[in-house]
Amino acid sequence: MAGKVKWVTDIEKSVLINNFEKRGWLQVTESEEWNFYWMSIQTIRNVFSVDTGYRLTDEQMVNHFPNHYELTRKDLMIKNIKRYRKELEKEGSPLAEKDENGKYIFLDFVPVTFMLPADYNLFVEEFRKSPSSTWIMKPCGKAQGKGIFLINKLSQIKKWSRDSRTSTFMAASSGKEAYVISLYIDNPLLIGGKKFDLRLYVLVTTYRPLKCYMYKLGFCRFCTVKYTPSTSELDNMFVHLTNVAIQRHGDDYNHVHGGKWTVSNLRLYLESTRGKEVTSRLFDQIHWIMVQSLKAVAPVMNNDKHCFECYGYDIIIDDKLKPWLIEVNASPSLTSSTANDRILKYNLINDTLNIVTPNAEIPDCRWNRSPPKEALGNYQVLYDEEQALSESADRDRDLRSRSGQSLGSKGSRSSSVRPTPATWK
Amino acid sequence: MMDEGTELSFTIAQIVQRFKGTHLHSQLERQAKECLHRPDIKLESLKDDVRKFLKVSGWERKLQNAVCRELHIRPPPGHPAAPPEHTKEPLAYMRKAQASWEKRILKSLNSMCAELGVPLAHKRPLPEQRELSNKWNEMGTDEPDLSKFRPVYAPKDFLEVLISLRNPNLDYSEEVSSQSHWGLIQVPLHIRDIPKMRETCPELTLTTGQLGIDDHPHIPSDLFESEHVRLGKRVLSEQDSAAAQQYSRQGCPTGQRAELWALILNSTNEPEDIMHYEQLKAGVLQHDLLVDNLIYKDVKLTANNDDYYFVFEDFLYQVLLCFSRDTTVLEHFNYNSATPPKSYIQGKEEGDEYAVIYPPNGVIPFHGFSMYVAPLCFLYNEPSRLYGVFREMYMRYFFRLHSISSHPSGIVSLCLQFERLLQNHLPQLFYHLREIGAQPLSIAFKWMVRAFSGYLSTDQLLLLWDRILGYDSLEIVAVLAAAVFAFRAENLMEVTSLASAEAVLADLSTLKVMPLIQIFVFATVI
Repeated sequence: MAGKVKWVTDIEKSVLINNFEKRGWLQVTESEEWNFYWMSIQTIRNVFSVDTGYRLTDEQMVNHFPNHYELTRKDLMIKNIKRYRKELEKEGSPLAEKDENGKYIFLDFVPVTFMLPADYNLFVEEFRKSPSSTWIMKPCGKAQGKGIFLINKLSQIKKWSRDSRTSTFMAASSGKEAYVISLYIDNPLLIGGKKFDLRLYVLVTTYRPLKCYMYKLGFCRFCTVKYTPSTSELDNMFVHLTNVAIQRHGDDYNHVHGGKWTVSNLRLYLESTRGKEVTSRLFDQIHWIMVQSLKAVAPVMNNDKHCFECYGYDIIIDDKLKPWLIEVNASPSLTSSTANDRILKYNLINDTLNIVTPNAEIPDCRWNRSPPKEALGNYQVLYDEEQALSESADRDRDLRSRSGQSLGSKGSRSSSVRPTPATWK
Repeated sequence: MMDEGTELSFTIAQIVQRFKGTHLHSQLERQAKECLHRPDIKLESLKDDVRKFLKVSGWERKLQNAVCRELHIRPPPGHPAAPPEHTKEPLAYMRKAQASWEKRILKSLNSMCAELGVPLAHKRPLPEQRELSNKWNEMGTDEPDLSKFRPVYAPKDFLEVLISLRNPNLDYSEEVSSQSHWGLIQVPLHIRDIPKMRETCPELTLTTGQLGIDDHPHIPSDLFESEHVRLGKRVLSEQDSAAAQQYSRQGCPTGQRAELWALILNSTNEPEDIMHYEQLKAGVLQHDLLVDNLIYKDVKLTANNDDYYFVFEDFLYQVLLCFSRDTTVLEHFNYNSATPPKSYIQGKEEGDEYAVIYPPNGVIPFHGFSMYVAPLCFLYNEPSRLYGVFREMYMRYFFRLHSISSHPSGIVSLCLQFERLLQNHLPQLFYHLREIGAQPLSIAFKWMVRAFSGYLSTDQLLLLWDRILGYDSLEIVAVLAAAVFAFRAENLMEVTSLASAEAVLADLSTLKVMPLIQIFVFATVI
């Protein structure tokens, strides 16, 4: 292959730069000709904006999809998931089945959430059903735990109520920031008495057909302060938020491990204390959540062929071992808080580059997006729509030839409903 | 020496004596009485019927498991005429060395006490008791000033003592031949070499399935695993300690390990066990001990900075503080070469009638002590259950890692075994390291004192401890230490200083222990 890859980044992180240099790539500036641009989400907006945007050539690749925010903005993600469920329901898909309480059996994986101020009345209705519940308020456009607070009384969010005199668009104009309000998971799984959330990485190389990969080396982020569900501690943010960005300000922050525990530790602990079956089921459900969330946004995503994206999934597990999707980050932190963290993130970028720029050669956006198994590193195939379709076609053929055999009970979480063969197994 | 028959009846008599008055004894008695009302108990065949009932209802198994436990902790049979200290440790020079080591530790503890002006123990005022009770589950959030406290001793100090051990009956001047021992341990003890280890651990052969070995040449590993899991379920349903112990030699499946270990150790979590734990907890709330600070300090210095165990900080306090007050731990001094330290009630330093054992369990924690508990936190999420298993592990195994004795699982034997294995099978490596001033034991000692806790990844550590329980011996720890050197021999041959040798062996978290042990024991040319 002729020529070296010319790279640019506006994120000066050593885990990126070391990876580019290791491949012998050439650093250039944004105004020069480049092949590979690892950029922030602010920059991607400009690249694809109507006014300032420019045409990318076949030999250019960027690390975001143009409208990634359909997945990574809290309000839009919720909107897309809600729409996805309705569509499946309309189609009569078995995935949209509900239980006797009207809850989705397979698609109930985000906490009950409303937009504020837009859905204020809907929220009030829901709040009154269980007035003792705690809710968490998050600004739509901010990350790293900024602007988050908990409430357990309506009066605390009066500001966001929609009275008749103001318009629906008030949020944008009046400085009243748009928020999402979600039911707070008040029965989180505790380990050693401490609350935690999971950070897992997912790589998407194309949305239509959907091809995504799950990174095996995620981690748990622990609160440094003990979790007690009493409301008196609502103000102590450290108890509830597991973002390292926030935890770092706690007094107890430990610089050796940074409050982070590998997913393999979590698995060992859960298998040892709860058994292998329930643990495997939990991890299957987590993978299921990821695939469904991506499927929910696939139809609206601008599947630009120059793009790939590595998402940071935040998941909370409750004490019944049910995982909940909290949010998805478009630019997961590449800052390393500890030595292990640094290794993990370096490898994450390394494995990502091995998939999206095969052989470290100049990218060709028409690539087939089917990396060989050896190139996956710590990634494993989460879902490959093409393969799933061809396998289900095979299955149908098989079925026809063995008529009379059923696919297993509909609606059960068997492989007939969940796309197992072409996915994480 | 007694003949076998006399020895057996002596043992039986001893165990029967020990069982009298225990909770199990009264439970059995009650069960036997109550079953008399059952229609299937006939007067004509009373004895047999009651026996049958106890068997069917599972009480016989409970008795068997209790006997099994007694046999584990019983000292090897000695001559009935031998003085009691012989059952603790038969060699006089070992007893002497242990006694003077104890004196040193106690002196260090007492001088810290005096220096800091902190009493060994004091009763907490009521408000303080309430406060501690409220934060029992989050003691880690407390940041007491521990800067003045220092660990009473660290493994390094202990190693120095072991190095200086000498057998007074041995003429050391004669022994300067090629047969001489290159290592640091200079006492002659009977230890197992590789042929003996092969006899002792036949389950570790290359042709036997093992959990912890993925790429087995003869047996497909998933096939072995599913078969082994099925067998594990049966062992658990039988509730048989001895079977569980045998089973553990090939490794415990992750999902069954917690139950299997509890079964092997005969550690139950019955209401009386929970009550015992609650009583200990009440003891912690009532009295503040100086050793509590040593425990806090140790957890903060070790587990709290550990990638695997930091999560369990609070569990460690909940276990270790209770442990220090548990007088049932004193029982293990019957067969431990150590003797519980004594202190005197203030102002009455003279006279043994004022002497009390301090701390109440007789065990002074040292730097790294909390690492004996930490891995168990992966298995048990109830403090009382975690506590019970830890206490039994301590009373069977861990105490041997910090007392001076001639026992094959004692730290002195382990050190010697490690050095012998290395000298016999990797003489070039040993010679090289010794020449550059990097005595292998000076690196491996810290691993062995903690039974590798904190050095291996937890999944691997648990596989190692499976075998400790399975073979009822710590020797596997010495074998692994030697196997680690063998595995990194190539790199070690290139180093030229202690520091660089230490660097080569600094990170053991990527090692897979079972293949290392298996290859070292069964593939080494002898």
